[in-house]
Amino acid sequence: MKNLVVGLLVSALIVSCGNTTKQKVNEEISETQELAVAQEVNTEKVKFPVYDFEGLEPLLHQDDDKVHVINFWATWCKPCVVELPYFEKIHAEQKENNVEVLLVSLDMPSMWKTRLEPFVKNKGLKSKVVILDDPKQNDWIPKVAEEWSGGIPATLIYNKDKRSFYEHGFTYEELNTELNKFLN
Amino acid sequence: MKTLKILGLFALILSLGAFTITSDPMDDGYKIGDVATDFSLKNIDGNMVSLSDYDNAKGYLVIFTCNTCPYARAYEDRIIALDKEYKPKGVPVVAINPNNPEVQSGDSFEKMKQRAADKGFTFPYLLDEGQEIFPQYGAKRTPHVYLLEKTEQGNVVRYIGAIDDDYQDASKVEDAFVEDAVDAMLAGKEIEVKTTRAIGCTIKV
Repeated sequence: MKNLVVGLLVSALIVSCGNTTKQKVNEEISETQELAVAQEVNTEKVKFPVYDFEGLEPLLHQDDDKVHVINFWATWCKPCVVELPYFEKIHAEQKENNVEVLLVSLDMPSMWKTRLEPFVKNKGLKSKVVILDDPKQNDWIPKVAEEWSGGIPATLIYNKDKRSFYEHGFTYEELNTELNKFLN
Repeated sequence: MKTLKILGLFALILSLGAFTITSDPMDDGYKIGDVATDFSLKNIDGNMVSLSDYDNAKGYLVIFTCNTCPYARAYEDRIIALDKEYKPKGVPVVAINPNNPEVQSGDSFEKMKQRAADKGFTFPYLLDEGQEIFPQYGAKRTPHVYLLEKTEQGNVVRYIGAIDDDYQDASKVEDAFVEDAVDAMLAGKEIEVKTTRAIGCTIKV
């Protein structure tokens, strides 16, 4: 019983810490979001690979022994930013375990240099980041997953035998639970 | 007391969990052919607006959009163009901001007024106060368009989805989904593409 109480207190603490960070992130974003669209596209070469869907598609169908965790996100998407640390944690914990995390940014071209690059640098993201730049969304969204309505965050987990798609944000625990279904 | 605390914590954890688990997004809200609810929502000019206010309308472009989402912003000029083209033909744009301003301060009523003035909106821009309307429609993101046809049975949903197939560049659009749908509806023809998907900003609740 005592253990249960301690456990609950600990989870409550984690939850409340999580909330504070969330709040902070939210504030940052609502400030920057205002500026985002007006910016001119910076033509200087962006640090991450830029794909159209045809270019990205092979990464969603790799026939190897790994478990691939593909997260669709953007710097302007608050719930995406909130769950990114969990993907980073998975990346750090599971990379020896044949798990590969890929962060597919849907940031717009005007944001690549001004927002995405500084964001990845400031957060020190270690997972691989690529950019999907393909406006024909109605064509490619169903090719990622038939059930995807287009909301982000969205995550695809697959190995050569099966694949699962999630159109919602994850907690670390939920992400681990889903990943474990692929690791056994 | 201890029990109460534990129960409180449980409730807290459960309620936080509830925000992250969502049902299948394609399953709720209106489908093509459903009758859409009318509403009475506050416009940026302070007046309440309902679909039934439009005596001569043949239909409506109900567009869930907001101030802050980059996709919504990318489409503002095109929404104005849709209103200019189709209002005279009996299908006016009615824009609704579904976001909770307490969560997204950039989408407050005051900021809505400001944005509409800056952009010169030609259509009502309503706040979904209490957020009761967008879930009934099943709007998932901004911008999210519902084309309704006014019939004797009510306002029937004819098209749900994106405005067109290129958010980045209006001049590169190959399929103008909404225009094609409204044109077909007004001509009494079958709408070819009735639903489309697009990446958008999730609605802030």
